[in-house]
Amino acid sequence: MGYRNRVAIVGAGLTRFMRRAQETGKELCFEAARMALDAAGLRPRDVEAVVMATAPDVFDGVHMKGESLADGAGGFRKPYMRSFVGGGSGVFAVIHGWYHVASGHFDTVLVVAEEKMSSCLPHPQAAFNGIYDQFLERPLGVNLLWIFALEMNRYMQVHGIPLETIALVSVKNKKNGLDHPCAQEGIPGHYTVEEIVGSEVMVWPVTRLMVSPVTDAAAAVVMVSEQVAKRITDKPVWVKGVGWHLDSSYWTNRDLYYPKYVEYAARMAYDMAGITNPRREIDVVEAYDPFAYKELHHMEGLLLCDKGEAPRLLEKGITARDGELPVCPSGGLLGVGNPIAAAGLMKVAEIFWQLRGEAGARQVSRPVRTGLAQAWGDLMQVGTVVVLGV
Amino acid sequence: MNVSVHIRDYPGIPLKDRDIAEGRVLTTEWRVKARYAWDTGAALGRFFRGLKEGKIYGRWCPGCDRIVVPPRMFCEWCFRPTVRWVEVGDTGRVNTFSVSYVNWDASRSTVPRVPAVIELDGASPGMGIMHLLGEVGDTLEEILRRVKVGMPVRAVWKPPAERQGAITDILYFAPRPGGGE
Amino acid sequence: MRVAIVGVGATPLRSLSTCASFRELIYEAAVKAYEDAGVGPGDVDTFVAVSEDYWEGTAIFDEYVPDQLGAVLKPVHTICADGITALAAAMMQLQTGRFRIAVVEGHAKPSNVLHPSHIEAFALDPVFVRPLGLNPRFVAGLGMRRFLAERGYTELDCARVVAENRRHALDNPWAAHAARVEPEDVLASEPLAEPLKELDVAPYADGAVVLVLATEEVARELRDDPVFVRGIGWAQETPDLSQQDWVRAVYCELAAARAYRMAGIRDPVRELDLAEVDDTFSYKELQHLEALGLARPGDAAAMLKEGFFSRGGQLPVNPSGGNLGAGYLLDASGLRQVAEVVWQLRGEAGARQVPGAEVGLAQSWRGIPTASGAVAVLAR
Repeated sequence: MGYRNRVAIVGAGLTRFMRRAQETGKELCFEAARMALDAAGLRPRDVEAVVMATAPDVFDGVHMKGESLADGAGGFRKPYMRSFVGGGSGVFAVIHGWYHVASGHFDTVLVVAEEKMSSCLPHPQAAFNGIYDQFLERPLGVNLLWIFALEMNRYMQVHGIPLETIALVSVKNKKNGLDHPCAQEGIPGHYTVEEIVGSEVMVWPVTRLMVSPVTDAAAAVVMVSEQVAKRITDKPVWVKGVGWHLDSSYWTNRDLYYPKYVEYAARMAYDMAGITNPRREIDVVEAYDPFAYKELHHMEGLLLCDKGEAPRLLEKGITARDGELPVCPSGGLLGVGNPIAAAGLMKVAEIFWQLRGEAGARQVSRPVRTGLAQAWGDLMQVGTVVVLGV
Repeated sequence: MNVSVHIRDYPGIPLKDRDIAEGRVLTTEWRVKARYAWDTGAALGRFFRGLKEGKIYGRWCPGCDRIVVPPRMFCEWCFRPTVRWVEVGDTGRVNTFSVSYVNWDASRSTVPRVPAVIELDGASPGMGIMHLLGEVGDTLEEILRRVKVGMPVRAVWKPPAERQGAITDILYFAPRPGGGE
Repeated sequence: MRVAIVGVGATPLRSLSTCASFRELIYEAAVKAYEDAGVGPGDVDTFVAVSEDYWEGTAIFDEYVPDQLGAVLKPVHTICADGITALAAAMMQLQTGRFRIAVVEGHAKPSNVLHPSHIEAFALDPVFVRPLGLNPRFVAGLGMRRFLAERGYTELDCARVVAENRRHALDNPWAAHAARVEPEDVLASEPLAEPLKELDVAPYADGAVVLVLATEEVARELRDDPVFVRGIGWAQETPDLSQQDWVRAVYCELAAARAYRMAGIRDPVRELDLAEVDDTFSYKELQHLEALGLARPGDAAAMLKEGFFSRGGQLPVNPSGGNLGAGYLLDASGLRQVAEVVWQLRGEAGARQVPGAEVGLAQSWRGIPTASGAVAVLAR
C-alpha cells in the first residue's frame, strides 16, 4: 500500500466543451493550463515538467501532434512528454503526472489534456476506422460504433438487461449535465427513457442519444509534491491510488460482457490506496460513459457492485447525485461532451472539485472524502483508474 | 485564488457550421497521403494464402493447449512459439452481433449491415474473428428475429477466381440450418 | 533509488523486413531481451512502448502493444516520444517504489510507409508551413545552411561525419547501411534541399529493440554487470520553426544538463568513454556534439577530422555507425543507441568494442520538425 512520495492535485482548469471551437489545439491547451495555474496560484516558471494527453493525431490533422501542442501547454524549454492510451488518456495523464512527482524527479508538474476533433473531415468518427486491425478488419468497412454495439449487445444478452434500463444512464447524465458550466450546447437536457430508446438507431442496439457527442476542449490540472502542496493550499487533493491495465488486441481473447482490464486497473489503484471495500469506501465516482451502457459496464469492472448488478443500482437511484453512491455527478460524457482525452481529465477535475466542496450546483449531497475517476479506450481494452482523497 | 465556484467565464469560442460556410472564420485544408503496405509476416501471410484456397488456418499453442485464430507465431498468453498449422472449420457460432446503419465515415446508410464476432468450429472454445453476417434479412425487425447469440453460421466465400488472399475472400457468414444447439 | 538495464534484445536492422509482421519483429526482440535479463514477461510490472500513429498507419497503435511483449492484462502505456524519453518514463515508474521491473519497447517499419515524406510533411504546422508544399527535408536544409554559416563548418566537414559513421557500421552486424563511403561521394550525391544532399541523410531501417529495467536491488540479483542509468534528461524547445534556435540544439543542452547533473558529470569529454549521438542528418552530429559539451562551438569538425571522435580516438562517437550507418529507426533510434551503449559497457560489442568502456552516453532527437530530444548517461 502507498508509495514513496505523496502527490497532490492543487488546481484544475477546463475550457468550454464545444462542437467546434474557434481556438486551435494550442490555444485550447493554453486556456486550460492558464486556468489551472491560476487556480493553484502558480506561474508558468514554477512548472518543472509538462505532460500531455491527447487522443489520435488524426483528429487535429498533425503527425506527432504532441509536439505541436507543446508550446500551448507551457512546454517551452521544459521536460515535456506525451502519453497515449487512446480514450484512457485523460485519466492516464494524471497517472503520468503522478509518477513524474512520486519518483522524486519533479515537484511541480502541469498536466494538460486536449482534443480538437472538429478538424477531422468528413467526420471525426471516420478517423476511428484506423483503430481496427489493418489486415483482418479494416477491409470490412468498419465503423467505430460497431465495437460498442457488439460489446453492449453481449452485455445485455448475458445479463438480460433491457434497453430501457440502459437508457436511464443517458437520462441521469444528461440531466446532471445541465449544471455543468462547460457543457456542450444541446447536449444536456431533460429526456425521457422513451426519447432515448426511440432516437435514431445508429448501430443496433446503440441509439443516437446513448452516444456522447464529438467535442473540442481542453483540461488541465497541477500536480505537486507534498512539500509544495502544503505551501500553496490548505486543501490539497491527494492521489491515493493509480492503476492501469491493457488487454490483448485479439477480440476473442476476452469476453466482451465484462471489462476485466478495468477490474485489474481498479485493483491496482485500490491496493495502492488501501481500499478493500470500494462500494463503501468510495464516496463519489466518475466512471467513463461515452455510451450509456459503459457506465454500468465500468461500475461492475470497478467492483462497485457484482456483475450484472449495476442496472439495479441505477434503477434504485443509488447512483443519482443525491444517492448513496453518486456516479457521474458532472453529467459525464453523455451530459457534458466527449473531447476524448480532455473528457477523462474533466472527470478527474470533477472529483477534485467535489472533494473540495467546490462543485457548486453539481455538488453531491453526501459528504465526500474519497473519489474515483476512470477512463477507457484503445480498442476497448485499456482501463485507467485514479483514486483521490482528502 | 480562483476555484470552480468562483469562475464566471469558462474560455472557449464555439463556432457554428455557417461561420465556416459563410467565411466568417478562415480555414485551411489538407489531405494527407498516408498509404501503407504492411508486411503480413509469417502468421498472417499463411492465413491469407489459406483464405485464397478457401481454408481458415489457426496455430496450436502447446503451452496453453489452445488453437488460436487468427493464427500467430507466438502465444500472447504463455509467450511461447506456437507450433503446427491447424485447419479450422469455416463454420461457427455468433458470439455477439450488431446492426449498423452507419458507414465508416459516419454517413448514414439505409441498408443495414450486420457485424459480428464469430467463434469458429475447430478452434479453441470462444476463439474466432470479427466479420459480417449475411442472408439474415433486410430490416431491423427481421434481423433481430433471425439472429441470436449462439446461432450457428457458415462462411460464404467468393468464387475461387475472385479471391485475393484477403479477409474479404469470405463475403460473410450466413445462418447454418440444422447446425444444432 | 538507482535503476539499471538488465536485458537488451534487438532484431538486426534491415531496409526491408517482409518476413515478419510488426508483431513478429517485436516478439523476436522481446524474447531476446527476456532471455538476456533472465526474467519472463510474468515478472514484469510495467511496460512502456514508443510509437506514433502515422508511422504505423494505425490510429491508437497502443492497442497492439501487449500481445507480442507478453503484456496482456498488465500495465502498459505508450509514450509518443523518442526511445530515451520512454526509458525515462520507465525509470520514473520504478523510482516511485511501486514497481520492480519494467520493459521499454520501440520498433520501426518505415519500409511499410509508401510515402514517408508525406508523413513527415504532415508534422509541419498546418497553417504557416505545410501550405508551402515543400518536401519537409527543406527544414533540415535551412538548419544546415544556418548552422554552417554561423559556425564556419563546411559541407565537407559534414561529409566526413557520414564517411566516419558508415565506416564504423562495417563492424556492426546489426547495421543496415554499413558502407565505405568517401566524403567526396557525399559531396557528389544528389542535392535534396541544398546544402543537404542525399548521403547527408540517414537512410531508414526496420527493426525492433526491447530493454528490461530493474531497481538496483533486483538488478543485482539478476546480473553481476547491471548497467545503471546514472542520469537522464529530456526536453522540448518549441515546435514553432520560427522560434527554434537553428544554430544550437537547445533541447539537447537542456536534456544534457539534467542528465549530467543527475550523473554527477562535470567534464563530459574526460568522463565519458563513448557516446551514441544523433546523426539523422550529418550536420546534426556536429550540432549535438556542441550541445553535449563534447566540443566547443566551432571546434567539432576539426576534432572529428583529427580522429578525436573515431573508434580509436579519445572519445569514440557512434561506434555502432549511428543512424547514418546502422539505419534510422524513427523514434526507436534512441533505444538502439541505448542498446549499443549497454553492450559496450558490458564488453559485448565484438569488433566495435571500445576498450575499457565504463561510462557511456546516448542522445536522441525526434527528427524534423521537432526540437525535442533526450540524453541518458549509463555506467557500470
